[in-house]
Amino acid sequence: MEWLRSRSAYLQAAPLSLIFLLFFVLPIAMVVVVSFFDYQAYQILIPDFVLFNYQDVFSSEVTYRTYFITFRFCLMVWAITLVLGFAIAYFLAFHIRTITMQIVLFLLCTIPFWTSIVIRMIAWIPLLGRNGLVNNALVASGFTDAPVEWLLYSEFAVVIGYVHLYTLFMIVPIFNSMMRIDRSLLEAATDAGASGWQTTWNVIVPLCKPGIAIGSIFVVAMVMGDFVTVNVLGGGQVASVGKAIAAELSYLQFPPAAANSMVLLGVVILLIMLLMRFADIRKEL
Amino acid sequence: MSNNKNQTTPKGAVSRRGVLKGMAAGAVAGGAMIKGAPFVHASEPITLRIAGTGVNQFKELADKAKEDLGFTIQYTSLTSDDVVKRAVTQSSSFDMLDAEYWMLKKIVPSGKMKGMDVSKIKNYDKIVPIFTKGELPDGTKMSRQGIAPIKVSYLAGEESSEFATDPSGYMTLIPTVYNADTLGIRPDLINRPINSWAELLNSEFKGKASILNIPSIGIMDAAMVCEASGLATYGDKGNMTKAEIDTTMKVLTEAKKDGQFRAFWKEFNESVNLMASGEVVIQSMWSPAVTKVRSMGVPCVYQPLKEGYRAWAGGLGLPSHLEGRQLDAAYEFINWYMSGWAGAFLNRQGYYTAVLETAKPFMSEDEWGFWMEGKKAATDIMSPTGQKIESAGSVRDGGSFWDRMGNVTVWNTVMDEDRYMVRKWNEFIAA
Repeated sequence: MEWLRSRSAYLQAAPLSLIFLLFFVLPIAMVVVVSFFDYQAYQILIPDFVLFNYQDVFSSEVTYRTYFITFRFCLMVWAITLVLGFAIAYFLAFHIRTITMQIVLFLLCTIPFWTSIVIRMIAWIPLLGRNGLVNNALVASGFTDAPVEWLLYSEFAVVIGYVHLYTLFMIVPIFNSMMRIDRSLLEAATDAGASGWQTTWNVIVPLCKPGIAIGSIFVVAMVMGDFVTVNVLGGGQVASVGKAIAAELSYLQFPPAAANSMVLLGVVILLIMLLMRFADIRKEL
Repeated sequence: MSNNKNQTTPKGAVSRRGVLKGMAAGAVAGGAMIKGAPFVHASEPITLRIAGTGVNQFKELADKAKEDLGFTIQYTSLTSDDVVKRAVTQSSSFDMLDAEYWMLKKIVPSGKMKGMDVSKIKNYDKIVPIFTKGELPDGTKMSRQGIAPIKVSYLAGEESSEFATDPSGYMTLIPTVYNADTLGIRPDLINRPINSWAELLNSEFKGKASILNIPSIGIMDAAMVCEASGLATYGDKGNMTKAEIDTTMKVLTEAKKDGQFRAFWKEFNESVNLMASGEVVIQSMWSPAVTKVRSMGVPCVYQPLKEGYRAWAGGLGLPSHLEGRQLDAAYEFINWYMSGWAGAFLNRQGYYTAVLETAKPFMSEDEWGFWMEGKKAATDIMSPTGQKIESAGSVRDGGSFWDRMGNVTVWNTVMDEDRYMVRKWNEFIAA
């Protein structure tokens, strides 16, 4: 009995630790191992300890270019989703008075998530295509003579897709933070003579930091790892790190894909550490 | 994988419960049967799971097989790259592999396939000699650039993982369909004759061209284009040197940076959508994709080009784990496949079937004349699924079997420098 009591904390933590070990640590460890393997077209995994998979990653100019493009996507999508997400969450939290209405509007935001991610992306194609709705409208209204080409199969289309898919991940944590703000603080700010803008900037934004950080982690991690959206809306022409890995996997080049994945993992971890410096997420959880 | 979204189970597939029941029953019966015992149609249903590129996966074929043989055919449709990956890494997930010949160079060395005993194939002698001798039915030798099927048709033995140079009695794949590929165009949006592969990079089609993003096939289309436009010369397009790969990829990369390409496609349906929507007016295409665009009422021509065709061929192969009742069923399915009905069905799709003479009685004289002999259609030509694809009086693009298969310049391929080529191709896609 005594034995059980002294170790109960460990026992309670054991199931989760085991699951983590089995489904997270072990697979990652295997990816690390494979990233040092040799490979050939006919023999996909040759146990070995070679460094050329990493050498290929770091010596290729393409790597740096794809990372640059991916970072740029990240930055653009992060900025847009942050502004959109903050504005929508602000509206929901402070302008809608009744809880019922808040729930209704919140559900409205989630409607796009009722269909699969693939369908949500493909839906953009008939809209943005050369003979799509947007182009038809532009031509018909006389804004342009010829259809606008860069709407689809371009970086623009990819960014639109990301914003569409990921804004909600920004709204939810920010909304959550906003709902926890003590309303008397806002009243105090008003009483002290702060304008609406000052209240937002000096009271609400600082208190929303954890929500912003969590939302940012979601968005950054998803954009960094994406390879589906970039393929569908980029027409296979726009590069991203995730896509490069997916391409290597589909050609059975597992070791270089593993090496590439480890590099990506490292980069994403660094980014997240950076974001964590801006807000204490533990406090929020 | 992004490609997994393409995995489909056609409506003809049975329910999960049905499969489980069937498999359990099959296992019991298989265990009880003595090896070599005559195959009996037991009451327990057999399910054959076929993994392949979807180019010849049709519900109608599965339904007809069910009707004639009592088997349930379950298709898994994958992109070409995923077929190779699946065959090498998870061969137990299917009972038959519907692969292309070039894939064999990657799959066979893994030992995951077994040779097929030709003595169990009823119509073996009637298979088009492209596969058994490397020549056309009239004895003309076919191009051997790339992976011509004859190079990889036979294994040294049933359990061997090496290719035999001469017919050995053990085939890697029993050919099902093959075709001569070329560029597809939208004649209504181009309005002038196209007769060379070089047109793919013509600046006139800037932002309106596409090439397929499957390296083994795309590199061949690229080579045809480079050679036709005089930008590169090759010793053997099907087995390039590193320098030749570099030249080819440089031409493509420059074209890409200039905005020549609208998109790249990987999967059959993507090419259909690009063409039908008018996003693209000239692109690498597969014959049934052209048929599909046309059946949507959009004009599309599978344009014969003066430099010749890039050919491919696919067939059914057996994974090495197959045995007992499932193995017998697989042979029975293959024999059924070659007995005519399926061949006629595929010929009507615009492919060619491996055994022409059994397919002929299943087609009308007019259909045979149109698809095989390049004759004018006397009546409207229908797709196997019943849509009108050609009006009376039209002629097949490229003409007869002889005009098309006789003009093959190169086959789809896996090169000796495959690893280098794939890396370069990857850089091109990322560029």
